[in-house]
Amino acid sequence: MKFAIQVNEGPYQHQASDTAFQFAKAAIENGHEIMRVFFYHDGVNNASSFTLPPQDDRHVVNNWASLDIKDADGNPELVVCVAAALRRGMLDESEATKNSIEGNNLHPAFRISGLGQLIEAGIQSDRLVVFGD
Amino acid sequence: MATTKKFMYLNRRSSFGTVYAIESLEVVLIAAAFEQDVSLAFIDDGVYQIVEGQNTDGIGMKNFSKTFHALGDYDINKLYVSKESLEERGLSESDIMPLVYEDEDDDWAEKSSIKVVSNDELKAIMSEQDVCLSF
Repeated sequence: MKFAIQVNEGPYQHQASDTAFQFAKAAIENGHEIMRVFFYHDGVNNASSFTLPPQDDRHVVNNWASLDIKDADGNPELVVCVAAALRRGMLDESEATKNSIEGNNLHPAFRISGLGQLIEAGIQSDRLVVFGD
Repeated sequence: MATTKKFMYLNRRSSFGTVYAIESLEVVLIAAAFEQDVSLAFIDDGVYQIVEGQNTDGIGMKNFSKTFHALGDYDINKLYVSKESLEERGLSESDIMPLVYEDEDDDWAEKSSIKVVSNDELKAIMSEQDVCLSF
């Protein structure tokens, strides 16, 4: 089955992202496809390359990156909503440059895009599964 | 993109206090461009999102409730409101903003987009959807 996933909560504060990751991992291991994971609301914080959990804890951001979810052309399909990301200080290099801000914190396994990507995922997948409160 | 699916947006939280309500509305407005069969449901505290006469002067937040009036122009005209959720909060249909659309199949007559339904009716409508996005 072709799944799309929406993650609505941030890492470490809420279990939604961990549960979504476990779901995605299990789905892939059982031969299903995760065509896209869309991060919205505080969920955009799951993409921060500045994340540094203590060594005895799971690394939520690296967990997502380890799934290696990409399209046929090798572009990341871990997609972060641009409007939700910018208002929470989550920037890739292009947005940082465009807004004259030093530094950027989007992990390279993710990409920033618009809400249309969420709707498209709902249309193209067999199931869209939402994780969050 | 020829596929048309039934999308329902479930609004379960009040307008302010958390970001879910406004970021849900942002999704709905973007979704309008995809020509899908869109409906909205307002349940639990979500019914407060469409209460008439909201005023945010004292809290420094944008009053986005006026944006709901634009939905009719985007062919989004199925706004289901839980009867039980209204009653639990001492509200009735008369407390809700008059959200309308123009029916192109009926000489552009102005009609209400608000449909107050029981939770049982809403359950049946939800079970017909292809995609439910919950906010």
